[in-house]
Amino acid sequence: MSFRTSASEAAANPLIPHTAELIVGTIAFALLFLVLRSKVVPMFEKAFAARTEAIQGGMEKAEKAQRDAQVALEQYTAQLSDARGEAQKIREEARVQGAAIIEDLRGKAQEEAARITAAATASIEAERQQAITSLRNEVGSLATELASKIVGEALDDQVRQSRIVDRFLDDLEKSK
Amino acid sequence: MRKFAFADSGEGFVPPSTADFNLPPVFGDNEFTTKPILLVLFSVVLISVFFIIASRKAAVVPSKLQFAGESVYAFVRNGIGQEIIGHEFMRFVPFLFTLFTFILTNNVFGIVPLLQFPAMSHVSFPYVLALISFFVFHYVGIKKQGLGKYLKGIAFMPGVPKFVYILLTPIEIATFFLVRPLTLSLRLFANMFAGHLLLLVFILGGEHMLSGAIGLKLIAPFAFAFGIGMTFFEFMVQCLQAYIFTLLTALFIAGALADEH
Repeated sequence: MSFRTSASEAAANPLIPHTAELIVGTIAFALLFLVLRSKVVPMFEKAFAARTEAIQGGMEKAEKAQRDAQVALEQYTAQLSDARGEAQKIREEARVQGAAIIEDLRGKAQEEAARITAAATASIEAERQQAITSLRNEVGSLATELASKIVGEALDDQVRQSRIVDRFLDDLEKSK
Repeated sequence: MRKFAFADSGEGFVPPSTADFNLPPVFGDNEFTTKPILLVLFSVVLISVFFIIASRKAAVVPSKLQFAGESVYAFVRNGIGQEIIGHEFMRFVPFLFTLFTFILTNNVFGIVPLLQFPAMSHVSFPYVLALISFFVFHYVGIKKQGLGKYLKGIAFMPGVPKFVYILLTPIEIATFFLVRPLTLSLRLFANMFAGHLLLLVFILGGEHMLSGAIGLKLIAPFAFAFGIGMTFFEFMVQCLQAYIFTLLTALFIAGALADEH
């Protein structure tokens, strides 16, 4: 039998190949190659590509989120500094306004005080004039009465009487 | 076969020999139904089914099965293809992947219970693979550089003094057309052959001692223990040889692709 002889030859030398094995080996390898190339490799490559994409997509998303957060932070910081500036401005304004109000009130008060003082002075002056006038009249008549009593003569001459009194009073003022 | 040998020789131990690698056809006299041939065919079915199921979903988040398949694929794709061949590697990944899985599976059959025969210990299969590898890398080189330039590159390595060619040219030609395919196939074959023979020695030897005198019976467990230890060692060798074969093929392809080597 051909197999027996080939087997015994091969037994003597294991380096001699068997025809059947060469054929089957070639076909088996070719078959496996075709299956793996058409069915397996593309699928694994697809999975790898999808995974790479997923990772890249995730990283891009994270980067975008970070950028957004950064922008928001800057925005808030800007708003905060704006608000601070505004508050400062308002305080400044209020201070200025307050100072103006105080100044205004002070002026008004001083005016009022001056007015009151002036009114008081005027009223005092008027009263003094009135007092002087009445005093002069009273002193005149008293002095006349007194003088007439002393002199014993009636000083009823109106003109003379008045002249005497005036002279007296003038003397009085001069001696003062 | 072995049992008959025992029966014939009575008590004498017949050490395992190359004859143990010649298994008779399983079905009648059909040469295409020997154990190694059936194992090779089985390996094709096994690898195909495993990887088709593993890669079927191509999910972003892989299942355990997909992860296992992907790991092997990524090992060949990145660890061998991309690393060695460089930017053009993707064209060769299916070939290298087939080579690696085919050799690995058939090697590991050597220690799988019940199968327990490395098909690659039959030299025909390494011959076929080395021949395919041989044609692939020469084809790649000729296609890339043109026949004349490619052959000239092999025969007259650039950047070498002229008189060295007397020595270098025959060596280079022998390397590219004889040594490479021969070493590629024989390395794989011899490793698998020797490994299987080693396991046979320890395990059949242990079995024989078990049937011998009492003293031998006591030693037999050591032989079995060594056989088990060697099985682990064999597993390492089987993986390593599959890796080396694929790696060298990738290196040859990379060399053929490079303009100057």
